[in-house]
Amino acid sequence: MGVEGIGARVARKEDKRLLTGKGRYTDDMSVPGMKYAIFVRSPYAHAKIRSIDATAAKAMPGVIGVLDGKQLLADGIGNLICGWMIHSKDGSPMKMGAWRPLAHETVRYVGDAVAIVVADSVAEAKDAAEAVVVDYQELPVVTDATKALEQGQPQLHPEAPNNLIFDWQIGDPAATDKAIASAAHVTEITIHNNRLSPNPMEPRATLGIYDGGDEHYTCYTTSQNPHVARLVMSAFYNVAPENKLRVIAPDVGGGFGSKIYIYPEEIVCLWASKRTGVPVKWTSDRTEAFLTDAHGRDHLSKVKMAFDANNRIIGLKVDTVANLGAYMSLFSSAVPTYLYATLLSGQYDIPAIHANVRTVYTNTAPVDAYRGAGRPEATYLLERTMETAARELGVSPAELRRINFIRSFPHQTPVIMNYDAGDYDASLDAAMKAADWNGFAARKAEAAGRGMKRGIGMSCYIEACGIAPSAAVGSLGAGVGLWESAEVRVNAVGTIEVLTGSHSHGQGHETTFAQLVADRFGVPIDSVNIVHGDTDKVQMGMGTYGSRSGAVGMSAVVKALDKVEAKAKKIAAHLMEADESDIVIENGELKVAGTDKTVPWFQMALAAYTAHNLPPGMEPGLKEGAFYDPANFTFPAGCYICEVEVDPETGVTKIIQFVAADDFGNIINPMIVEGQVHGGLAQGIGQALLENVHYDPENGQLLTASYMDYAMPRADDLPSFKVSTSNTPCPNNPLGIKGCGEAGAIGSPPALINAITDAIGNNRLTMPATPQKVWAAAHAAN
Amino acid sequence: MAKITMTVNGRQVSGQCDDRTLLVHFIRENLGLTGTHVGCDTSQCGACVVHMDGKSVKSCSTLAAQAAGSDITTIEGLAANGELHPVQAAFKANHGLQCGFCTPGMVMTAVDMIRRHGGQLDEATVRAELEGNICRCTGYHNIVKSILAAAAEMGGARVAAE
Ligand code: FES
Ligand code: FES
Repeated sequence: MGVEGIGARVARKEDKRLLTGKGRYTDDMSVPGMKYAIFVRSPYAHAKIRSIDATAAKAMPGVIGVLDGKQLLADGIGNLICGWMIHSKDGSPMKMGAWRPLAHETVRYVGDAVAIVVADSVAEAKDAAEAVVVDYQELPVVTDATKALEQGQPQLHPEAPNNLIFDWQIGDPAATDKAIASAAHVTEITIHNNRLSPNPMEPRATLGIYDGGDEHYTCYTTSQNPHVARLVMSAFYNVAPENKLRVIAPDVGGGFGSKIYIYPEEIVCLWASKRTGVPVKWTSDRTEAFLTDAHGRDHLSKVKMAFDANNRIIGLKVDTVANLGAYMSLFSSAVPTYLYATLLSGQYDIPAIHANVRTVYTNTAPVDAYRGAGRPEATYLLERTMETAARELGVSPAELRRINFIRSFPHQTPVIMNYDAGDYDASLDAAMKAADWNGFAARKAEAAGRGMKRGIGMSCYIEACGIAPSAAVGSLGAGVGLWESAEVRVNAVGTIEVLTGSHSHGQGHETTFAQLVADRFGVPIDSVNIVHGDTDKVQMGMGTYGSRSGAVGMSAVVKALDKVEAKAKKIAAHLMEADESDIVIENGELKVAGTDKTVPWFQMALAAYTAHNLPPGMEPGLKEGAFYDPANFTFPAGCYICEVEVDPETGVTKIIQFVAADDFGNIINPMIVEGQVHGGLAQGIGQALLENVHYDPENGQLLTASYMDYAMPRADDLPSFKVSTSNTPCPNNPLGIKGCGEAGAIGSPPALINAITDAIGNNRLTMPATPQKVWAAAHAAN
Repeated sequence: MAKITMTVNGRQVSGQCDDRTLLVHFIRENLGLTGTHVGCDTSQCGACVVHMDGKSVKSCSTLAAQAAGSDITTIEGLAANGELHPVQAAFKANHGLQCGFCTPGMVMTAVDMIRRHGGQLDEATVRAELEGNICRCTGYHNIVKSILAAAAEMGGARVAAE
């Protein structure tokens, strides 16, 4: 490992820019003639639009134009779509209702956009938006998914009777029922996974620029995957053909899933730019973000876990209802199916699993992937069930897990996944040691002496990352392939540009991707630039989500580096009249092994471009591209332990320690990996203790639409974390990487809730475990 | 519309703005200093923190007109002669930022915090004082570490100079 190579704790190249206020986020962009947009949004959760009258608004100062959904429809702009087809168990395709970028007939959630106002300033656009008169006829509302399935409830989309989008299953129902019938013990539990708002600190924003001269569109947007945005806007939304649409996602201030999707605002601002003849910028405020950014989670599941007399799991049955909100967002159908139920085997050898999932329309914001996406739901369900079972069976939680761990690989689960490598005992051991599990009894007694209730809880998670093998996901309904692309350009002076289809919105690609190059060629990372986020520069890419940038994006870079290395060696061999198999690359030089003959890297590069003396028949230049399609998912896993102290007087939970022991495979930059875990833990702890999206069930109003009402984790809600890794390299990609972006958010909620329920001696507790709920549970009988 | 004048990062600036214009918008739109961010609409997140006459304020909750005549420092004004301020350097060394969106506010808050507490800061104080700054990326772990490291260094430097 060099000081800047693979495995080094290199400080980030992007930091200077971001620390000095020189970051360039979408809202920082401005172009000549740019005007500002405000969206007119529905104040009702469900209503018919009788009419829209913009006469007064158009006459207001500074107003350039007011456009509505009828005009959008007339101009042929298409519906927003969900890009992953799921079939119900009866074989019928999922029932997707129409989602118009601007509603013109019916609004289905509070915040549904109905018109756009473009004006000289944001303030003038806001004033004018207030003056747009929309005549609504209110309709009855349903916000709860289970209730929405009942007879006689309000119907959201004519395509989906009883609001049922699909009724899907995975696994073997008969074998699972048989296992349950023959079990020595069955643990039954109902699991609620609370609804969350992703809340990247940078609100969504977009700048649409139409150039009438070239009939060309440019879209600046807060996106995790600008190429997917371009593809979808071209192929489905009919905004512009791909060669006439450039999408740029510059510095992006966090995403966590919520910036994967293509939202109405990007489409409408591009269209409005053409309609009004001015560049149009829109920036969400935080209230709009709460109302319209895709939410996460919102599952209700009934679980039965069957054990034999030796405490081995023999069957798992799960029945889940998932709330998808008012419209099907881009990947919404994949989250509660292939990203969720395929992980229900956890770290355990379970011979029979059956999961049934119903997804449901309600009068709430669309729900899609949020950090972890399906895997936190699976992990919370499994790990709370394991903890409950351990208590019922009278075995220690660690022992019950050890009895059931998978120990031989590859391991085929009954729910599609084929785990390639792992060592679950190692992370469990590491976590228990770091947490001083064996000393807990003494700490509990000490706390009891102070009148405090101490508890400890664990969670052993597994996730599937590195998404994903294109053919496999294609066979499961995905509308796209999930490979990644890279191009490595060696300039004539030897500096290097790496173009990647991955996108960094905090993950540090500009550093870690450069470390790969430094490691390979021994050049300083300062001579390597990482280019991403612009469809005019990078030809195609699938973006960043599902912890895929390392396992998939970097693998593409490795493939391109292989090609560059091969050509560089040929050139050097020719220059030094040596055999190319004798050339080694070290410290920025190409050497003939075993001799003192060397060519500096820059000289080889210059030779490639002068082309005065290249091997016969070789093309000039040094630039190679590659596409990498993964062979399998990767399977990061780990064990998290949380210790809490609950004050029985107030119900306030204090986290005493939080330990994370992860297996991420090989690591490029441990400092960045630790940062990813810290951030994930904070989001998971936020879910378990603080955060909840709450709609008024009567009228569908969002009651948690600001930071005054939605409790974001703050510095004094959290401890410092104890994180470590014990790694088994992934055998399926060239770097042995598994991915680390989501683990923290996946593994932490059950560890925390298991700790609180242990402390208070009552297992009936739902997230978020607010002081009020904890106090009530602590004072109720189990 | 009124014309207001203030000192920003050591330079006198003036501009026309509405009475209702917030300081953050004056800084971002009129002055083109886009390092100061807007992360919320309820004065909770701290992405907009700048220094006004040496003290940290939320520029989303201050009218531009209120700042007339004052001395404002934004994130762009912190590094001197191309050298990162010790707090900025500590954030870099300790990976105290990921997406960077909360970072300008965090750094400005931290500079003020260290000014008030000197080398006496401890973890609990830092966490309590970060009440008004939200970060969604880092889990605060490395932000706290960065601030403590900077406080130790700056506190140490001051002792050495005295
Ligand atoms: S923008 Fe000022 S506190 Fe959030
Ligand atoms: S670094 Fe992204 S919000 Fe703090």
